[in-house]
Amino acid sequence: MVAPLPRLGGAALGRGLVTAYLSLIVLIPIAALVAKSTEGGLGEFWDSLTSPLAVSALKLTLIASVIVTLVNVIAGTAIAWVLVRDSFPGKRILNSVIDLPFALPTVVAGITLLALYGTDSPVGINVAFTRAGVVLALLFVTLPFVVRAVQPVLLELDREMEEAAASLGAGPLTTFRRIILPNLTPAILAGAALAFARAIGEFGSLVLLSGNLPRTQVSSLFIFSQIESGNTSGAAAVSVTLLVIALVVLLLIGRLTHWSLRHAR
Amino acid sequence: MPASRTASRLGLRFFALGYLSMLLLIPVGMIFYRAFEHGAGAAWDAVTTPEALHAFYLTILIAAIAVSANTIFGVGCALLVVRTKFRGKALLNAAIDLPFAISPVVIGLSLYLLYGREGWFGGWLLDNGFQILFSLPGMVLATIFVSLPFVVREVVPVLHEIGDEQEQAAHTLGANWWQTFWRITLPAIRWGVAYGVVLATARALGEFGAVAIVSGRVTGETETAPLWVWREFGQFNLTGAYSASLVLAMLAIGTLLAMNAFRRKEAA
Repeated sequence: MVAPLPRLGGAALGRGLVTAYLSLIVLIPIAALVAKSTEGGLGEFWDSLTSPLAVSALKLTLIASVIVTLVNVIAGTAIAWVLVRDSFPGKRILNSVIDLPFALPTVVAGITLLALYGTDSPVGINVAFTRAGVVLALLFVTLPFVVRAVQPVLLELDREMEEAAASLGAGPLTTFRRIILPNLTPAILAGAALAFARAIGEFGSLVLLSGNLPRTQVSSLFIFSQIESGNTSGAAAVSVTLLVIALVVLLLIGRLTHWSLRHAR
Repeated sequence: MPASRTASRLGLRFFALGYLSMLLLIPVGMIFYRAFEHGAGAAWDAVTTPEALHAFYLTILIAAIAVSANTIFGVGCALLVVRTKFRGKALLNAAIDLPFAISPVVIGLSLYLLYGREGWFGGWLLDNGFQILFSLPGMVLATIFVSLPFVVREVVPVLHEIGDEQEQAAHTLGANWWQTFWRITLPAIRWGVAYGVVLATARALGEFGAVAIVSGRVTGETETAPLWVWREFGQFNLTGAYSASLVLAMLAIGTLLAMNAFRRKEAA
């Protein structure tokens, strides 16, 4: 084919420009980061990564992200279900509101939560400067991922299978577990992976909620404070670790989704 | 329908609505209340100080430059990925998605290291009079980085869907590459491009972590609107912080409306 792009020279030029842009904007900066993290050898990299503050930050990041991902799997699937299968006044508005966490600046997301659940909370719930607050903020910013991954699959799902199951005597729970869930699993996993990757790197919504305390310091906040105090190699070591975790999770889930898509039927 | 089914349906609806209200709707509603708690006048005064106006100006300027660059790149890159074959395409695809997997702070640190005095580029650039870090170019680079994938990711599926028959026909009839792109391809992908531009703009306007690191945060000079909000809140100037948050939230809601409009156009 290649009829609309007939000149080989043109395509090659385009390829060169795209590669140059990506390299300049994304790849070279990341290479500089990786180089900095290993500048003092692997021993120093390991020492920065295993300093008590770095370890506790990484632990909190991972635990909070796992909790947030699990909640998203359940709540996100339920919300997608309600948006597709249920009908009630205001559903369309609700459907567009789901994307608000993507559109809202992260620092505003943090302030939004503090306005209701902060120190002068009108409902008497104060999560400012607590680990519960960290989880709440991560839930806010990751809300759309699972919903938006599951929704289109649920819309496309053939309802005849469910009706057949029901007519053969399967209860709603059995139908859900045996018919619907297997069809949704790849989408749920894909959404969960994106939510997890987002959660481990989240910064803007936590910067005010965490109050700059050690007990609420996640890895991104740790990196920021290390840069501020001039320890860029320590910050780089933790940064590279976060980057590797995110990439591994996305890759694994990609594989898993691929596998379950092939074995679903 | 059996009673148990109705009950579980209502239960799910109640759960979904409750979850969304507690997490999203009521908190966002609170921003409106908090911004106007001390009257609309106080809110207006807080967001029209010279510093606040400069912050908003800077945010819009940076977003405009970053989104324009990423739109041109995004359309070109999508055409390349969909319409041509070459070795390393899978690698290119993975590289495009990288910014989604990287924390904004990590992006900020990468640029900080590259363009700092000790960095690979920073030393030479500074010696030749180019200040990237703690000035507009660095902030633009950070914003381009975080908003890079949006246009590509929206345009690629549209290009797949429309196929290349019309482009081939135009070519057969003697149209050159530019004419084919301008008359056939671009009109067909325009709503996909628009959707990607809206998403990229929302991301660019709200960028915080990466810009917080590369900007140096000098009030009235390199302070964007989200950074201004952060500082005001930290200094307990709550009316200012809530009012500026409200302005940014309104921009986000405008984004949602635009997304809905474009999605419907795309479907039509």
